[in-house]
Amino acid sequence: MRIGLFVLGLIAAVYAAAQDASFTPEQAQRYQRLVGELRCLVCQNQSIADSNAPLAADLREQVRTQILAGHSDDQIRSYVTARYGDFVLYRPPFKPTTWLLWLGPFLLLALALTVAGIFVRRRTRAAPGGEPDREHLRRLLDEESR
Amino acid sequence: MRIRYLLPALVLVGLVLLFAFGLQHDPRQIPSPLIGKPAPAFTLRLLGEQTPYTQEQLRGRPLLVNFWASWCAGCLVEHPFLMELARRGVEIVGIDYKDTDTEALRWLARHGNPYRTIAADTEGRAGLDWGVYGVPETFVLDAQGIIVYKHIGPLDEEAWRTKIAPLLAGGAG
Repeated sequence: MRIGLFVLGLIAAVYAAAQDASFTPEQAQRYQRLVGELRCLVCQNQSIADSNAPLAADLREQVRTQILAGHSDDQIRSYVTARYGDFVLYRPPFKPTTWLLWLGPFLLLALALTVAGIFVRRRTRAAPGGEPDREHLRRLLDEESR
Repeated sequence: MRIRYLLPALVLVGLVLLFAFGLQHDPRQIPSPLIGKPAPAFTLRLLGEQTPYTQEQLRGRPLLVNFWASWCAGCLVEHPFLMELARRGVEIVGIDYKDTDTEALRWLARHGNPYRTIAADTEGRAGLDWGVYGVPETFVLDAQGIIVYKHIGPLDEEAWRTKIAPLLAGGAG
């Protein structure tokens, strides 16, 4: 049983290597990048490169054949999004429905800075300007005018 | 009342609203980009036969296109409801996804057949073009062959009554 699995794995590895052999190095690089940035919808937090789901295998095969057919990265991406929507892209496009997604973190940062600013300003203004301080200031001023 | 005391309360209300919205949202329900578009083209064959079957044959009347498989547990869950819909006269076209004819026909013989027509998508190519990522998935098509709704997961009375029946009634009338 274990030997059987090992042999099967070996065959799969050789087969995969044989498939890769038809890529030029540049195509292989594009393939790796594309399958790394496409989400597997069955197991949502994996890319199709990492997933063992049959659907991921189908999509990898699609990417492979389309690269070999000379399609551009954008053509392949739009092939997938036409079927599965922007959700499959780990790097979603910047458009009205995703504005909040892209700008949200910056909005939160701006909000946090504003709130922090208001607090700090109020703190400093509320700081007690007690007598000792005034004494000290007067002395400094006296020294200056002398 | 100073705003400083009001602020935590406001933040709490905000979080409650966010969670109320976010937790009701099932991340598995991915909106299909195919809604409002014509049914993607396919050339399949009828289950157990060699007769070709294409998306052209989906036009002419509103119907359901149900992707299923004999190996799929969720399909068995929704199966009684599909039988019920068939009894009510709803036309359901089945697409047997990544399955063998033998297994599929045995499954239907055992549980009953709710489908008017069944096409075999043995390779899963049609499934890919339709954006199927987990059977069962059900598409609602109008008489022009336009996809008007997609239901992911087992279909039930609730989804039928609230989402699908109104669409079909509108399309037929």
